[in-house]
Amino acid sequence: MNKLIKYSLLGSMLLTQVVAAKSIAIVGAKVHTMSSQGTIDNATVLIKDGKIQKVMQGEPALAGYEIIDAKGKVVTPGLIGASTSLGLVDVGFSAGTNDSNSSLTSISKTGAAFDVSYAINSDSSLMAIARIEGVTSAASSMGRTGQLFNGQGAMISLGNVSDPVIQAKAFISTRVGNSGADTMGGSRSVLWVSLEKALAEAKFAIGKPLTPIDEWHGELSRADIAALIPLVKGEMPLLIDARRAADIRQVIALKQRQPQLNIVITYATEGWRVAKVLADNDIPVILDPEANLPFGFDQLGSTLKNAGRLSAAGVKVSIGIETHNIRLARQHAGNAVANGLSWDQGLAALTINVAKLYGIDDKLGSLEAGKLADVVIWSGDPLEVTEAAEVVLIAGEKVDMQSRQSKLRDRYLTLQTNKPMQYVRP
Amino acid sequence: MKILDNKRQLFKLAAVTSFFALVGCSESGEDKAKGPAFQINQNPFPSTYKPIVSKSVLITHATVLDGIGGVFNDSSVLLQDGKIVAIGNDLSVPDDGVIVDAKGKWVTPGIIDVHSHLGVYPAPGGTAHSDGNEATNPVTAEVWAEHSIWPQDAGFQRALAGGVTVMQILPGSANLVGGRGVTVKNLPSATVQDMKFPNAPYGMKMACGENPKRVYGQKGGPSTRMGNVAGYRQAWADAQNYQRSWDKYYADHEAGKKDAKVPKRDLKLETLALALKGEILVHMHCYRADDMGTMLDVMKEFNYKIAAFHHAVESYKIADQLAEAGVCSAMWADWWGFKLEAYDGIQENIPMVHAANACAIVHSDSDLGIQRLNQEAAKAWANGRRAGIDISQADAWQWLSANPAKSLGIFEQTGSLEKGKNADVVIWSADPFSTYAQAEHVYLDGALIYDRNVPASWPVSDFELGQPGEGDSK
Repeated sequence: MNKLIKYSLLGSMLLTQVVAAKSIAIVGAKVHTMSSQGTIDNATVLIKDGKIQKVMQGEPALAGYEIIDAKGKVVTPGLIGASTSLGLVDVGFSAGTNDSNSSLTSISKTGAAFDVSYAINSDSSLMAIARIEGVTSAASSMGRTGQLFNGQGAMISLGNVSDPVIQAKAFISTRVGNSGADTMGGSRSVLWVSLEKALAEAKFAIGKPLTPIDEWHGELSRADIAALIPLVKGEMPLLIDARRAADIRQVIALKQRQPQLNIVITYATEGWRVAKVLADNDIPVILDPEANLPFGFDQLGSTLKNAGRLSAAGVKVSIGIETHNIRLARQHAGNAVANGLSWDQGLAALTINVAKLYGIDDKLGSLEAGKLADVVIWSGDPLEVTEAAEVVLIAGEKVDMQSRQSKLRDRYLTLQTNKPMQYVRP
Repeated sequence: MKILDNKRQLFKLAAVTSFFALVGCSESGEDKAKGPAFQINQNPFPSTYKPIVSKSVLITHATVLDGIGGVFNDSSVLLQDGKIVAIGNDLSVPDDGVIVDAKGKWVTPGIIDVHSHLGVYPAPGGTAHSDGNEATNPVTAEVWAEHSIWPQDAGFQRALAGGVTVMQILPGSANLVGGRGVTVKNLPSATVQDMKFPNAPYGMKMACGENPKRVYGQKGGPSTRMGNVAGYRQAWADAQNYQRSWDKYYADHEAGKKDAKVPKRDLKLETLALALKGEILVHMHCYRADDMGTMLDVMKEFNYKIAAFHHAVESYKIADQLAEAGVCSAMWADWWGFKLEAYDGIQENIPMVHAANACAIVHSDSDLGIQRLNQEAAKAWANGRRAGIDISQADAWQWLSANPAKSLGIFEQTGSLEKGKNADVVIWSADPFSTYAQAEHVYLDGALIYDRNVPASWPVSDFELGQPGEGDSK
């Protein structure tokens, strides 16, 4: 799984942060660990060297720790944006370069080779706007390539760090619903053959030398093949956007033909109709629980009950398809809870379930000893729209709770008439 | 919310002005011998809305927000003959009436969305259904959104489940002037006429900024903001000229001149002329403070009235000026950044506008957002409090009902729980400022049109009949 790249990038990130990292103790809160420890009232979370040291009930001796009193508050792991283009786009529309979109180039014939880890910009204004509301890491990938695949996505930290990429080449995504068919020849009859062919070529190429002087008669470019080999080995997830039940059944059939594939379904609008089969085949979903309209003929059975029904059948649900407003993922989860998802799974859908499906649950997604200290202290129930993140830590560092939006607010909170507002420096 | 008096007057005027008077011709002194002057039928697509026949309803033991700043704990609300009769503690209902125990629940006026494209951009989408933008000319004041509305859009029923009783359906924002909007009641219907809010004034959609210049940049212009403004001004100037031709005709007719000639009707200029007279309310899509400032000047130059800026993500920068001008701002709680003119959107915009004594409205512009406008208001309310702007929930509900009703010119009929008003009422399962609260009962003109607890009673659009998930919880 590209371990070399993964660990070197992660190592450099931690290096920059560990230097200033303090030992921190968060005391008194209700802590949802999202681990086997469950939820602990009046808990203490100990943080050292940027990682979770221990979570325990009660308050131990805390000499050497900076103490954050969180009595009456709720503590959770940092939220993980499940499907975003964070770091790739500031303003998506008619405002210059947008790294979440691309056009065809000769380096790739399928879009699989494109790699967003080169493009992630931690100075993007979206980063601070999302992190001060408790989103501390995210999956980020391209939104549109016009090709079969939407490039190789990355797992990123939303910390203010020199290297935000936690894991490059973390996943590849594709679409098999109406929009996928529209892109690939206008019919699923074309799309699926293209997808099968790409996977077959990559499988065929495993172990074969693919230098420029080796013979290669495949239809994919060498760069595409290199990108897809980890995928066909099951070492990276393949995210497949499938919405109608018939499409989801095709994805399940693919998984049954090629059980080694690590498949995640995105949207899964009619997933509730085939929930048990999805669970039996161990296919998790990332969905937008609020999408309850028949936007196309591949989404006729859409309902707000989708997340709850899938979860009840045993499907692991993740929530958070957004970019500029990924901070609203907790509202999306709250609405799933209002429509049948258990509260615990609502929070899991924003944290541990996301970490698991991307295979980064050794580092993120729960408050457990050894994991990165991405921690949020909330004013109350994080799934309530009226509550807010009050303290956010990323890798053990307290985040500066400012963004250009909070600065705009503070500048204009009291309108002055004696001089232009541009002189106000909040 | 204090609405400036001049604006209050305007809304009243707009609500009561007859639809049948294009110009102020005098009835007296008419020369019968030469026949009456030509009159334009200003209501060729009349409302055929009929409320569902309903029994009296007494909702008891609820927390009631009246929508104009009042909160009543453990109170009753009486709905009779389609109207609000009273809020109080000693109310009784006739023997054949219904008593609804709402202990632990909340009651509010129905939500009114001033900015919806339901029906004109329905689900399912696609070119066949893309009826919201007549993107063939920068000024298409002659088109009416109601002629595009597909009443079978399932979005109407989803909005119903979110407590939305009334909405304004607008044309899209491709054009400088996009055409007329229409105010509808959210009752499932086969024709749009059956949904039209009786006697509601028409709205007219205009758009600032990036959309018109993008759409027309390669089609002969405008391609810039300055081109946009030139376009509005020329359109208004043409409308003034058109109005003068009708004024002259009526004056000549009145004077008995034999050559008094009926001017050629121009449907585009007719709508613009009615907007100049305040009989059609101008709803202006503008994001940026500077765009809004420019439009306030255009408004003064041509002496018309902007009812509300929509999408006004930068209203917080000029909230004092908007209060002074008496122009409402219809806003999202937190949308931002999807295009450059939305880049400065902040989550405290709505409470900051409210705090400046300007008229704040929460709007959706979304078939999903319209289902949770209570949560949009809740977010704005909570973000305002964290910024030190202390607004009560009762005051904040004005953003969802009273202020939108005022900007649509229908506040005399709906938008608050006041005696004599239409019984457009929602019973919420809990505090509607909570994510978990859901609209349980939705009443329109006193009739229960949505009951979350009785699935068999839910309306199912024709489109969804016989499809996967028919009749399912949505």
